[in-house]
Amino acid sequence: MAVLNSKVPDGHISEKWTNHKFSIKLINPANKRKYDIIVVGTGLAGSSAAASLAELGYNVKAFTFHDSARRAHSIAAQGGINAAKNYQNDGDSVYRLFYDTVKGGDFRSREANVHRLAEVSNNIIDQCVAQGVPFAREYGGLLDNRSFGGAQVSRTFYARGQTGQQLLLGAYSALNRQVGKGKVKMYTRKEMVELVVVNGKACGIITRDLATGEVEKHSAHAVILATGGYGNVYFLSTNAMNCNVTAAWRAHRKGAFFSNPCYTQIHPTCLPVHGEGQSKLTLMSESLRNDGRVWVSKKKADMRAPGDIPEDERDYYLERKYPSFGNLSPRDISSRSAKEAVDDGRGVKGGEAVYLDFRDAINRLGQPAIEEKYGNLFEMYETITGENPYKVPMMIYPAPHYTMGGLWVDYNLMSNLPGLFVLGEANFSDHGANRLGASALMQGLADGYFVIPYTIGDYLASEKPELIPTDHEQFVKEESEINDLVKRLLATNGEHTVDEFHKKLGRIMWNKVGMARNEAGLKEAIEEIKEMRDSFWDEVKVVGGAEGVNQTLERAGRVVDYLELGELMARDALERNESCGGHFREEYQTNEGEALRDDQNYTHVSAWEFNDVGDWTHHKEDLNFEYVKLATRSYK
Amino acid sequence: MSAANINLKLKIWRQEGPNVVGNFTDYDVEVSPDSSFLEMLDELNNSLEKEGKDPVAFESDCREGICGTCGLVINGQPHGPVPKIATCQLHMRNFNNGDTIWIEPFRAKAFPIIKDLMVDRAAFDDVMYAGGFVSVNTGGVPDANEIPIQKDVAAEAFDAAACIGCGACVAACKNASAMLFVSAKVSQFSLLPQGQPEKYERVQQMVKVMDEKGFGSCTNTYACEAECPKGISVKNISRMNRDYLVSKAVSKTV
Ligand SMILES: Cc1cc2nc3c(=O)[nH]c(=O)nc-3n(C[C@H](O)[C@H](O)[C@H](O)COP(=O)(O)OP(=O)(O)OC[C@H]3O[C@@H](n4cnc5c(N)ncnc54)[C@H](O)[C@@H]3O)c2cc1C
Ligand code: SF4
Ligand code: FES
Repeated sequence: MAVLNSKVPDGHISEKWTNHKFSIKLINPANKRKYDIIVVGTGLAGSSAAASLAELGYNVKAFTFHDSARRAHSIAAQGGINAAKNYQNDGDSVYRLFYDTVKGGDFRSREANVHRLAEVSNNIIDQCVAQGVPFAREYGGLLDNRSFGGAQVSRTFYARGQTGQQLLLGAYSALNRQVGKGKVKMYTRKEMVELVVVNGKACGIITRDLATGEVEKHSAHAVILATGGYGNVYFLSTNAMNCNVTAAWRAHRKGAFFSNPCYTQIHPTCLPVHGEGQSKLTLMSESLRNDGRVWVSKKKADMRAPGDIPEDERDYYLERKYPSFGNLSPRDISSRSAKEAVDDGRGVKGGEAVYLDFRDAINRLGQPAIEEKYGNLFEMYETITGENPYKVPMMIYPAPHYTMGGLWVDYNLMSNLPGLFVLGEANFSDHGANRLGASALMQGLADGYFVIPYTIGDYLASEKPELIPTDHEQFVKEESEINDLVKRLLATNGEHTVDEFHKKLGRIMWNKVGMARNEAGLKEAIEEIKEMRDSFWDEVKVVGGAEGVNQTLERAGRVVDYLELGELMARDALERNESCGGHFREEYQTNEGEALRDDQNYTHVSAWEFNDVGDWTHHKEDLNFEYVKLATRSYK
Repeated sequence: MSAANINLKLKIWRQEGPNVVGNFTDYDVEVSPDSSFLEMLDELNNSLEKEGKDPVAFESDCREGICGTCGLVINGQPHGPVPKIATCQLHMRNFNNGDTIWIEPFRAKAFPIIKDLMVDRAAFDDVMYAGGFVSVNTGGVPDANEIPIQKDVAAEAFDAAACIGCGACVAACKNASAMLFVSAKVSQFSLLPQGQPEKYERVQQMVKVMDEKGFGSCTNTYACEAECPKGISVKNISRMNRDYLVSKAVSKTV
């Protein structure tokens, strides 16, 4: 296809990456210091990239809107990180990790990228251990593993329930070392608000300082976005409060294609919403499903306390519908089943929650055994809800958690805009239509430590060392446009707060572009979002000024972008007339209610080109499955 | 869940910018006991914005007690009255109808106030830049299982590594000392084999920057440990002091 060249190298799948590393252009060590690279984002992907590029000799400028690189959302990941080490001797291999990831992604990812991910997974663990990341160990002193997210091998490395924290602090330490050496210049509390493109190439960014309000221009030879996912379009999600799509979206508006925005992952085990004031949702580790049994009452709007509902009036619906996987059924299936029960009026007291019950496990194994396994999680549950899960079943409900879609990138992780690279959750590349547990941390670090340090050279080698100066007319124009946007937002004087708009959008997205979608609902969503977009400027009120801290203004700018992204997600979902992974279209299911893929017509990546607000051109990148044969998932 | 709402009087520190005088302002709020403390502030801000008033600036991100962004002094205690949690994990069921709650920023010379309840903790990063790492480049490292590490040693290193960099220890200390924070990082590496080659240089560099940044000295009152949301132990301070003394005694090339 002419517009989208994935640049996947030739050769056998197991040799592509090796061959590619050999054939791409290199920059000699002495010349690397002539190149400046902007890295936006200091999560796992951004920190690891910034540190590794600086080690190679490039001049790196790293940006984050946080007050410190260490606060990125990656810090909150609990479960673990996959790697094909096969330390447990249970038959794992690079090929098996590759195979599981392609299959888990429901055959909607690029085989070559996934294979590379599996190949470098082992290096990641070595790297982290060398940095002093305190992974869990066995009595003999070697690294411990556990199985995660339905995998049949134990390949997940973990650091108690704080794996993301420890990995991020590792990458942050590598970054700190380069900051100390002066090879990385660290810019904190700076939000990227625009991408600057000159002669068709990305060459800089505009930032706004969140403490002073100052708008600044920064130029470089290449720009890397590692700015995370867009799950907060739903308002309520497990993402950190400040995660947002602005960096990716503004780049999209400047020409970078957005791929598969409708692929979103809903996590089945989160704490339910307690009321209108709820600000975000908390994930409870999936490992709980190893011993907890999920159920609802057989009766609608059953107001009885759980203990008063007798055994034969309970519906253990996962065990009933999926006898072989039961409570461990994959994320999308478990989430959808919970929604079905709730839609049927059989949620806890008729509301949006289902029970996760440990009664039988406690009777079988004893409370101490359960404490030993899940003590922290039970404590966390009690802190938040005020209820003791040893006595009363937990209440859980699915919540938006991860976004597989993102900016389109080729095999080099470069977007269709030359000079713009995208790493981590912000790109679309490796997880297809569904991400497996413990694979996002792996991808972020693979991209940052082991892919971009090589592939960026392929681009920079043909770039001249001269920088586009920040007084270039394009920089000046972008800067003044941002100042105008700020003024326009501050000039609003409607009745509604920014959060009210965001919540309203979130409701539309959750109800119509959430766990299950259908044509009518998606069309309604598109209309409703358009209306909201029109009324936003008249009805919103943004208080405060342009100088100094203005958190309302920060959020307003992000909501402006969500109001455009939301529509694209609905359009993408509407265009994809099939069900795959996290994208479930009610019209496309088997008689048993299973997702029905359409490999004939939809074995492709969708890539949307921005023309104007609400107007996109749809491009496709065809996917070929040469090594993992297309097959239907079955968890019956 | 869903008990009756409670009414509270909040006395919140308002300060427009870094170099202006601040003061406490009173707000009356009604809130569900199931709300978190920060959700209560969200609701207050939403109503302030509706009235066209400047909302209270405060920071948070994960709201799960792991990122270290949040941090308020509540009724005189960093992170509030419940031990071993961060501000974002505090829920309103810990308060009673009619209570008055004083809300202030983390105060310390090294943490200048930016606005209202927001402070600048960049000094923590500066200490880390000076030595909070193991000097390895990406790639070319040994296999992860090449060096076994005793399970209990790994666990102890983990206990130290669990610090979330919130700064409550500094806010709790009458000298605004950063010893608990710095010693947690020094200890993590000092315990692990990977941290050995730079053990002494690291502690010297980090302590030097810590002093330069205006953190006070440690007089062993252990208020830090009591307020730390992650239960970081003052044992780390002793370990760091030991490393520091030894580092002064040995020359770099020994
Ligand atoms: C609760 C939870 C648990 C999870 N558990 C796991 C797990 O166990 N295993 C797993 O593999 N995955 C897990 N995930 C997923 C995983 O944590 C994320 O996908 C991953 O950490 C994303 O990393 P990242 O580097 O791409 O982005 P992030 O960590 O989100 O970092 C984004 C960075 O970009 C910066 N940024 C964004 N926009 C801008 C802008 N406009 N200007 C300046 N800076 C900007 C931010 O400041 C931040 O530094 C979990 C996710 C959640 C929500
Ligand atoms: S030692 Fe404790 S109180 Fe101090 S920064 Fe770390 S987590 Fe916060
Ligand atoms: S907001 Fe992250 S620790 Fe409180």
